[in-house]
Amino acid sequence: MSDLQDAPVLILAEFDTPGECLHAAEALRDAGYKDFDTHTPFPIHGMDAAMGLGDSKLGLIVFPIGLLGTTLAFAMMHWMNNIDYPIIIGGKPASVASLPSMIPIMFELTVLLSAFAAVFGMLGLNKLPRHHHPIFNSERFAGFSNDKFFVSVEATDPKWNVDKTKALLEGVHAKHVELVYDDEEGGEDLEEAAPAKGHA
Amino acid sequence: MSSWNLPIPEIGETPLVGEGTTFRSITETVCRVTENKAPRGWWIAFLIAANFTGVMTLSIAYLFWTGVGVWGNNAPVYWAWDITNFVWWIGIGHAGTLISAVLFLFRQKWRTAINRFAEAMTIFAVICALVFPGIHVGRAWYAYYMLPLPNEMSIWPNFKSPLIWDVFAVSTYFTVSTMFWLVGLIPDFATLRDRAKNKTRRLVYGALAFGWRGSNRHWQNYERAYLILAALSTPLVLSVHSVVSFDFATSLMPGWHTTIFPPYFVAGAVFSGFAMVMTLMLITRAVYGMRSIVLMKHLELMNKIILTTGSLVGYAYAMEFFIAWYGGNEYEKFLFVENRLTGPMAWAYWIMISCNVLSPQVFWFKRFRTSIPVMFVVSILVNIGMWFERFVIIVTSLYRDFLPSSWGYFRPTLIDIFTYAGTLGLFFTAFLLFIRWIPMIAVAEVKGVLPEADPHHDASDHGEHAAAGHAHETAAAEAE
Repeated sequence: MSDLQDAPVLILAEFDTPGECLHAAEALRDAGYKDFDTHTPFPIHGMDAAMGLGDSKLGLIVFPIGLLGTTLAFAMMHWMNNIDYPIIIGGKPASVASLPSMIPIMFELTVLLSAFAAVFGMLGLNKLPRHHHPIFNSERFAGFSNDKFFVSVEATDPKWNVDKTKALLEGVHAKHVELVYDDEEGGEDLEEAAPAKGHA
Repeated sequence: MSSWNLPIPEIGETPLVGEGTTFRSITETVCRVTENKAPRGWWIAFLIAANFTGVMTLSIAYLFWTGVGVWGNNAPVYWAWDITNFVWWIGIGHAGTLISAVLFLFRQKWRTAINRFAEAMTIFAVICALVFPGIHVGRAWYAYYMLPLPNEMSIWPNFKSPLIWDVFAVSTYFTVSTMFWLVGLIPDFATLRDRAKNKTRRLVYGALAFGWRGSNRHWQNYERAYLILAALSTPLVLSVHSVVSFDFATSLMPGWHTTIFPPYFVAGAVFSGFAMVMTLMLITRAVYGMRSIVLMKHLELMNKIILTTGSLVGYAYAMEFFIAWYGGNEYEKFLFVENRLTGPMAWAYWIMISCNVLSPQVFWFKRFRTSIPVMFVVSILVNIGMWFERFVIIVTSLYRDFLPSSWGYFRPTLIDIFTYAGTLGLFFTAFLLFIRWIPMIAVAEVKGVLPEADPHHDASDHGEHAAAGHAHETAAAEAE
């Protein structure tokens, strides 16, 4: 524990308004930081540009899986009603010519698989559910889900320098700057819980 | 001075939240409901609702034990309350998706005050609806015929039947609505986790929050997922009631065989759903003191939607009569004039017309549109009227068919009534548990529409910021 105490894993700066938080993100971006993040109660308009982030990749996951849904639905109905046990209902042929009657289910399964892809793709890209993150070791951090705005810089950043980073954050009028340390326990708040799981 | 969340008085906009609302006050107002002891009224309502759920369970058990003869369904009325209730419940669900998805795509920020509530209602209404297809088959052990599985003769389901489209549509709708709702809840569960005073709450809400830490890198994907889900749910919700209407429209029964059914059913679904949101919202808002978040503005906008969809439904009723006359089919003409407008079941038709077409017309006047007692009464009338609409469509098309010797009449049995009242109990049980344990208003989303949520809100900050000349500043300038 004491060894870990010597090496903070991130610096956390607290702000009162979204505007100040956005400023700080811009300052970090302009200073060349990469491994930093903002933690806010709601998404802040313009923050992606302020942090220098690209577009979300989620659409690239959802689109092919949606098409897979369309294909699966067609394949299922075609095989069941036209190949495995052909049935002719209402004079409609047991072949691809009956495609119009397959449209509703093809649509529904496209939507269903796309929705699964959107939700699980989002969780996957965000690496959630996540059992523990060192940022929760900060006592003030709980305010992020209420009315406080945080900027965190991680020790893995190439430009990481405790003193300089701290000075930069203080320079953009952070209300409070603190060093956050990791612990092996996964946080005292969950000490009785099972060991860390589900980093996927 | 410069926030895109500030109302523009020149075009008659008013604020989205009450005077003096802050990020903190929103968190407080919404979260304390789940943290404080439930008021006595909650327990009374919960016990009544739970008892009704028990009545439903017993009625269904009796149905399974004895057979569908315990219902009033009999020749020639083979579909009656079972399918009426199914369609009614599905329709009620539609308002939630309309508010959460369609209004989101149209950037209607006022939806944030009511979306969580309405989405929860969607899910519970669809659960109640799903009870009926399962039990109306008579021999419940054959309900698996609805799934894409071969029966004992190795025959697969007939995918040309709208009834199986319905199974796919409704189950997709339920799954997607539930996921949409749960995604919206992640940040709010994090709020409850961070406020938790005891270990159980911290663990339960902590698990439900998935380790959410409000990271902008996460918000980015989260917002994209939300947008995609909204874009998927919008055509989905239109498809669901369209497919439900195909169950009728693709048949050859006069009164069912109508091309206007899909849009007419969708309009009716939104109409009844908004009425149900209104009924529940008025009670909850008063009981839990949400008046600073759910404003008269929101209620008035909902009343305008009720008026619009009510009039659309009225237009559809008129158009059915026009086509019955213009189409020149004597059976259809007979059905509309002798079986609905007049005849032994005319009472049901006229209840439908008074509740659905006439009662919402009071909302043309601002005085009634902004009167709580008036809107409460109208919302109840609309719910009754929409139940009767489905009853009229189903039963009055069947009870006097082509062969006068097989004419009959429909009377519900006690078990019909118990089953229906029981699903109301199931709905309210789920709903009361929801308002007790889950933030009933989308905390993160309401915060996002406060003027303070705009990073350029602070005027003094603004000047310095503009000088820096960042890319997003142009966007902000356009928004001003």
